[in-house]
Amino acid sequence: MISASNEAVPGGSVKHAAAGNGASPAAIDDVVEPLTPEQLAAEWEEERPPHAGPLANVAAAVAAGALGIAGLAMSVGMGLGTPEKPEAGLWPFIISLVMIAMSVALLLFGRKKLDAEAFSSSSWQVAAGIGTLVGFVLVIGVAGFEIPTLLLTFVWLRFLGKETWRMSIVLSFAVTAAFYLIFVVALSVPIPHLL
Amino acid sequence: MDFLAPVINGFGVVLEPMNLLYCLIGVVIGMLIGVLPGLGPAATIAILLPLTYGVEPVTAIIMLSGIFYGAQYGGTITSVLLRLPGEASSVVTVFDGYALARQGRAGTALGIAAIGSFFGGTVAIIGLTLLAPIVAGFALSFGPPEYTVLAMLGILLVATVSNGSKLKSIIAASLGLLLATVGRDTFTGEARFTFDNLSLADGLDFVPIAMGIFGLGEILYNLEERHNKVQAPAKVANVWPSRKDLKESSGAIGRGSVLGFFLGILPGGGATIASLAAYAMEKKRAKNPERFGRGAVEGVAAPESANNAAATSSFIPLLTLGIPANATMAIIFGALLIQGVTPGPQLVQNDPELFWGVVNSMYIGNILLLIMSIPLVGVFVKILRVRAAILAPITVLITLIGVYTINNSIFDIWLVIVFGLLGYLMKKFGFEPGPLVLAFVLGALLEENLRRSLLVFGGDAAGFVSRPISGILLLVFLIVMLLPLLQKAFKKAFKKARTPAPAVEAHHDEKERV
Repeated sequence: MISASNEAVPGGSVKHAAAGNGASPAAIDDVVEPLTPEQLAAEWEEERPPHAGPLANVAAAVAAGALGIAGLAMSVGMGLGTPEKPEAGLWPFIISLVMIAMSVALLLFGRKKLDAEAFSSSSWQVAAGIGTLVGFVLVIGVAGFEIPTLLLTFVWLRFLGKETWRMSIVLSFAVTAAFYLIFVVALSVPIPHLL
Repeated sequence: MDFLAPVINGFGVVLEPMNLLYCLIGVVIGMLIGVLPGLGPAATIAILLPLTYGVEPVTAIIMLSGIFYGAQYGGTITSVLLRLPGEASSVVTVFDGYALARQGRAGTALGIAAIGSFFGGTVAIIGLTLLAPIVAGFALSFGPPEYTVLAMLGILLVATVSNGSKLKSIIAASLGLLLATVGRDTFTGEARFTFDNLSLADGLDFVPIAMGIFGLGEILYNLEERHNKVQAPAKVANVWPSRKDLKESSGAIGRGSVLGFFLGILPGGGATIASLAAYAMEKKRAKNPERFGRGAVEGVAAPESANNAAATSSFIPLLTLGIPANATMAIIFGALLIQGVTPGPQLVQNDPELFWGVVNSMYIGNILLLIMSIPLVGVFVKILRVRAAILAPITVLITLIGVYTINNSIFDIWLVIVFGLLGYLMKKFGFEPGPLVLAFVLGALLEENLRRSLLVFGGDAAGFVSRPISGILLLVFLIVMLLPLLQKAFKKAFKKARTPAPAVEAHHDEKERV
């Protein structure tokens, strides 16, 4: 994940642009000293969410391994056949084996690699977001797409995006109207709708 | 000139006003979505796949190529203006592009990038026009064993060249292969992994998976990260680069294009490696290399020409062998399959009109990108000023309603949500989504060819080794697989000899944004 911000560069390198940059025309006061690739990479690294410990990798390996074992059991159930006359289960069986082997390898050798990200309090926003999506699908089949669209947009704007109440209300109506005009009126997509 | 005749005929199709219009729409919408922070080309194309439904195959492909180039350029815009590379291959553009933007020359950077992209893309398409029929002719003799090994090699290369942990990438690829087996077995007709669910009986569709993992997964991930990247884009004025800028960067564009073309043919991170190599080459050649990173025009021109050339030349393995070289190509592969085009060696011979239609639509997409990008830059800057909080629900709704429109199926919306969650979790746990999608796309082809080969060989797997081409490919496969282990062993021995120096790897740690 690459993210960047406009805040002061770590290490306090916000300074007058003129320093050491004589070639640049019209140095403006707030110009940040251009960073070298190494500094930029370090900065991105710093802005990344905190690493999750080895436990995350163990969890991932266990989940993948369990999936592999389930796949293995089910493909045996389909029948493997012989190499001359493979049955439906042979190929999934081979993949499941690879998956289990790689999960074990991850468990044994890959635990220390810090490439997983820790969940934070803002991960709840994602959970809430997924909740609204599930609600959207549940309602759309029953009551058409207008109400769920309106509600989803409103929740995302007001609670996930921290927009103002007024902005959220106005925008969610505008977005719903726009989707109605595009999908129902202009493209006449047979999506369930009320009006 | 019987070789060129179909090429020229292809242009006749492409230049029909209706097709041009769709290409134009593709470029603009591709840029519009591609410019949203966090959405790289693969995500953009995935989200926009429903747009290409319900139009004629040729028109749809032309629109796709427009979306492809638009999405590529969208990533460049965010690199320059926000210091947020849309994908790994535009990471290096950030160094000088953002520096130029800080000096009030964002327009110059974007203009040079557009011209460089156009030039690089054009060089690569010409190369593709000449090279593709030759490669395809060679590959015509491939049988099921060759395809088996080739598909395995393709998946392995993408899994190991990507930036994440190799073990995790292979796990992701295996999951993709397993997902591809869901549904009725083509040989025996037995239902696999369907859990007696009727919606799964015909297997999983590519589009909801791609839209979920790349599109929705990315949006959910950004939802969590959004708070720390609120930033106003730099002002853009004077998009036309001056004559001096053009003169300074023309060499870099030329060298970058050629380098990018050749590196792009290689599977894996073609475009990423190409942009890094082109940047490094220009820096090395420069009279005063300290200008790089402080706003050197060549520092934008070289990597942008190279990554577009590479992105284009990675169509060669896709169109001639039917093997996508990276995640973006996997999406294009899926999109072409939906349009009834099966990329592969037979395509040039059996359906030259379609093949050259695809190639020529790339010329058009590329030209339209150049024409549209410069005047429209102002519009995109305005979009970047809209807060991500407002764009997020809109992209989510486009994804959900978009996937519904394909089959008018609520089940597909569920699939997108499930795979969106999976994509989000994969990103959190350090799994690259690219290998999964690529393996899913190649899964059916791989299994079919493996089982056919086993039938041909009478169950004797040694047959793979004794056929020359499949034997060589298998050897390459083994080398790629064992290389990291050998390197590790070598490094360990080396470490013992001398104390390790803490080196900051500049670019390789960046996760690819798809």
